[in-house]
Formats: sequence, C-alpha cells, structure tokens
Amino acid sequence: MSRRALVTALLVLAVVALFAVPLLLDGGASEYGGTDAAVTEELAADGHAPWAESLFSPSGEVESGLFALQAAIGGGVLGYVLGRLRGRRSAGRPGPAGADAR
Amino acid sequence: MHIAEGFLPAPHALGWTLAAAPFVAHGARAVVKEVRENPESTLLLGAAGAFTFVLSAIKLPSITGSSSHPTGTGPGAILFRPPVMALLGTVVLLFQALLLAHGGLTTLGANAFAFAVVGPWTGYLVYRLTRATGVGLLPAVFAGVALADLATYVTTSLQLALAFPDASTGFAGALVKFLGVFALTQVPLAVGEGLLGVLLFRVLTVNARPELERLGILRPAPLAPTGGAA
Repeated sequence: MSRRALVTALLVLAVVALFAVPLLLDGGASEYGGTDAAVTEELAADGHAPWAESLFSPSGEVESGLFALQAAIGGGVLGYVLGRLRGRRSAGRPGPAGADAR
Repeated sequence: MHIAEGFLPAPHALGWTLAAAPFVAHGARAVVKEVRENPESTLLLGAAGAFTFVLSAIKLPSITGSSSHPTGTGPGAILFRPPVMALLGTVVLLFQALLLAHGGLTTLGANAFAFAVVGPWTGYLVYRLTRATGVGLLPAVFAGVALADLATYVTTSLQLALAFPDASTGFAGALVKFLGVFALTQVPLAVGEGLLGVLLFRVLTVNARPELERLGILRPAPLAPTGGAA
C-alpha cells in the first residue's frame, strides 16, 4: 500500500471513528435529537409561538426520503465531477487550465 | 443552525433578511462572472455546491447525545472565495425550507447570514491567515473548513440570543444557553467536516491541478510537471 493510500485510509477511518465511537460508548442511552429541534422546543417552552408555518411540512418518513434525495443529488454531482477530473488526468492531458472544457 | 419557520420576531427576521440580501445578490453576480469568464471552473463550482448539498443533508451524532448538521461551505469558500458560497449556501437553505420544513422563509435571511455568509467568510479568512503564516495547504484547509462549520453555529446562537434574551441574565445568559445547545455538539462535526475537506483537497490537488493553480490555491509548478518530454 502506498503512503498516499495509507493516509487516505486513515483519514476515512478517523471520520468514521469520530461518529461511530460516541455511538458505541453511549450504548443506546441517548436519543440523538437534533440541536435545531432542541432549540425550537426550548423557545416553545418559554412561550414563544411561531407566527408563520412552513408552506409544506412532509411527514417524518417523507422527510427522511427528501433528505436522502438531497444527499444523493449532492453525492451524484460530486462523484461525477471527481470522476471527470480523474478521467481527464488519466487521459494524459494535464495541459493548461480548461484544455478540455470546450 | 436552522432557526425554525416563524420563530424569529418579525423585526429580526426582516433585519437579517436585509443584512443577508446584498451578500446573496453579490454572490449571484460572482457565480455568473466566474462561469462566464472561466467556463472551465464550472466543474469545480459544481463540486463545491455538491459538497455543501451532501453535508448539510446529513445529521450526525455527537458526543453530547444530540445530533446536528455539518455545513460543507468551507471548500467552496476556499476555492472560489466566499461570495460564491453566499449564493450556493442560500440555494441549499431554500431547498430545505421549501421541501423539508427545515428552517423557513421568514428565517431564511438569518439562516443564510449564518450558513452562507459568516461561515464561508470565516473559513476563507482562517484559511488565508494560516496559509500566510506558512502553514501547508492541507492543514489550512482543515482549519478553514472546520471553523466555517463552527462559526455558522456560533452565529445562530448569537442571533437567537439577540432575539430571545434571558429574562434575568439578558443577552449574555441567553448566548451561553444557546451556545450550550449548539457549540459543544458541533465540535466533533466540525472536526469531521475538516477531515472530509482535507480528503476532497487531496483528490483535487492530484486531479485538478490546473484549476487550483489558476485559483491561486497551488503555486504553478516550475516548467511542465508531467509529460514534459514533448
């Protein structure tokens, strides 16, 4: 394994560990409620009522699907761009900026 | 970071909208200018927008037993300067306000100011300052991307404390309270986001070298670096 690949693997591992380790240590004790929702609840508990409603509020299931859609669009575009850039390089044209843009 | 629809008092909602609007308008012009003058930037611009789209869609668990969203605005701010992210970040927030009931139209200005203005500017300035002191590209990217994330949530806490000062302890007490909810939870997320930024820039420095040189991220290599035989 090259040094570069090793560093990449370690970075990925660090990201995964950063979020997996708290989950494991916690052992299911926490609900992992969102901070946004926590603040909203706190404000509501203090008697602050919203004066406007969302035009469209999806149910929980639909909402998680729409969040997945947002991530999928972003991930798809990111993968497309990085794939194109890599393909361009392996096609052996490191030339001046934008050599293949037109 | 998403202040929920309708929660900010109307004067605050209006004030933050007026504060964010010029940044977003300027950002829209910056994006159009970038695409027109440097069409070869379009790909990387897409990558910057996509990065914030993915990261802000994901809720991650934190050591505090709460979960929160990363922001993903740092890399775009470092690559294309912050105005570009003022537009791209606001597009993300609009998507979430309209389709996901996260944030809202009345709080779009405040959320955009935190997420698409303060976050990107902080990330960019931290990146530039660390580079100026001789720090290498990747550590500077890590610092910039992580602090763009954290600064966004600190700004949200400030906005909430301004709108809802504590009855007895006032603005300062409320700020401590809101930072208590947001800031600590956000620290591991900011670190994770910084590491993802480093991963992204490691890929870009290999595969998008001409773009990074043109954008001033990398210094042009002396003479042709590869395939110089011809």
